[in-house]
Amino acid sequence: MPEHSFVAHRHRQGGFLEGLIADLLALLEHAHRAERLAGSPGLMQAFDPRVRLFGVLVLIGLTVQTHHLSTVLGLFTLMLAMAMLSRIPLGLLARGIWISVLFFTGLLALPALFLVPGETIARLPLLGWTLSAPGLASAAMLIARALTTSSLAALLILTTPWPHLLKALRILGMPAVAIVILGMTYRYLFLLLNSALDLFTARRSRQVGRLDADQSRRLLVAGGGVLLGKSLQLANDVYLAMLSRGYRGEHQTLDDFAMRHRDRAALLGMLVAVAIALAIRI
Amino acid sequence: MPVADFLLDRIVYRYDGISALDGISTTIARGQRVALLGANGSGKSTLLRLLDALCFADSGSIAAFGEPLTEARMQDENIAIAFRRRVGLVFQNPDVQLFNATVFDELAFGPLQLRWPREMILDRVAATLARMGIEHLKHRPPHRLSGGEKKRVALASVLILEPDVLLLDEPTASLDPQSQSRLIEDMIGWGGGAKTLVLATHDLDIVEDVADVCLVMQQGRLVAEGTPGAILGDHALLQRCGLIHAHRHRHDGNVVHLHHHLHRRGHTES
Repeated sequence: MPEHSFVAHRHRQGGFLEGLIADLLALLEHAHRAERLAGSPGLMQAFDPRVRLFGVLVLIGLTVQTHHLSTVLGLFTLMLAMAMLSRIPLGLLARGIWISVLFFTGLLALPALFLVPGETIARLPLLGWTLSAPGLASAAMLIARALTTSSLAALLILTTPWPHLLKALRILGMPAVAIVILGMTYRYLFLLLNSALDLFTARRSRQVGRLDADQSRRLLVAGGGVLLGKSLQLANDVYLAMLSRGYRGEHQTLDDFAMRHRDRAALLGMLVAVAIALAIRI
Repeated sequence: MPVADFLLDRIVYRYDGISALDGISTTIARGQRVALLGANGSGKSTLLRLLDALCFADSGSIAAFGEPLTEARMQDENIAIAFRRRVGLVFQNPDVQLFNATVFDELAFGPLQLRWPREMILDRVAATLARMGIEHLKHRPPHRLSGGEKKRVALASVLILEPDVLLLDEPTASLDPQSQSRLIEDMIGWGGGAKTLVLATHDLDIVEDVADVCLVMQQGRLVAEGTPGAILGDHALLQRCGLIHAHRHRHDGNVVHLHHHLHRRGHTES
């Protein structure tokens, strides 16, 4: 049975421990959901990870490069179509990306509405600030760009298993050592999350009543200490296991990616699209 | 006289001032299948790590394949690569051994370190996955594997190098009976029985199936050596070393028996 496949009790009511356990479970569930999506059949998933990475980078580049809001909106629509054909729930993008991007980019774009000079299209009551058409266009462009680029990046992550994505980054010249370190971090993050979950669940099983703030802090610090000790021991043993299989301090990676006809066709299509975009200055 | 893969002479190893191995002397012959028996903390795992040159004795000497196995010699890259190619260790905790992001990476790790060509690595990974019946796990991350699957992948990650000597630390610990049985079959079938196998265990159930020699350890000392039949038949020795226990059963009619508990070999009345 996989380490995580227990029934999640997600009730947040209760004390500190219950909240902590629910958060850890939610984190694991989120990661597993992303892995399931990346492994399910779909448009993006059908292509070689390197083609996916290249394609998303091209679309992000076009989004940043263009000065036309309509082009950005077109690219956003393309992203939506790709997400749907890749079976990525739009609700997931909305909750995970769009709300936060709209909020933070909106805050950044807000001053532009009133500070950019140009034709006045509205005036705020009481304050008397004027809303200019160029300001509105500038703010809309900023928000649309942020939404499109972050959604494209999320789409790539949700349709590509993390280890494959890391290996695909080699085409951008990312050093092997960074790929190995990130890969190991990803792998042991789950182990430590499960350890933390076991630790706090075991503590809850012996708890009577609710913990006050002081007890909660002490529990958290003690749990952190135990996990740190475990991590150090684990790191030492992992290093020995690496030595045992011939590790000599030099990192190397290998992928079994294979370019198929559809991957080559997709690459060619993207290159043509880029050439056309540059030619007509979209 | 059989060729020795390992020759241990009065090995002493201390850990944090505590003697973990105390005067171990023995020979492991080529092709021999050795079971290191002992309770928890008897020094089995430490001995395996010494045999795999992951730590080195405070005193005494080890020779591997006729050459001294020392820290200084293992600094030489050619010697280290040749040794790692010939000796493989499967750790007790598979989470320690499965440090890569996917099963494919895990199997490819050893061959990559030993500088095998890319095509050869890809072929050998595919062959090993097929041989171990774990092709379907190829792209899975280790945290998505069950305990039995992890053990099989850990074993595969070592067997891919086709070592002459396979060291196994508690290979069947915390496995369900089916996974345990499959792992034992892998061990028995490995190398057609011609390669050297050293496994540390306190699971007496598997010893007769996989070993032809038993070394019994107690508190860092080698206290007995013999065939599985002879060692498993010596209940006094096994009880003294914490490998079996005696307990009382109440049967129908209130008859109370004191049994030595030897698992599959059945109860032995004393």
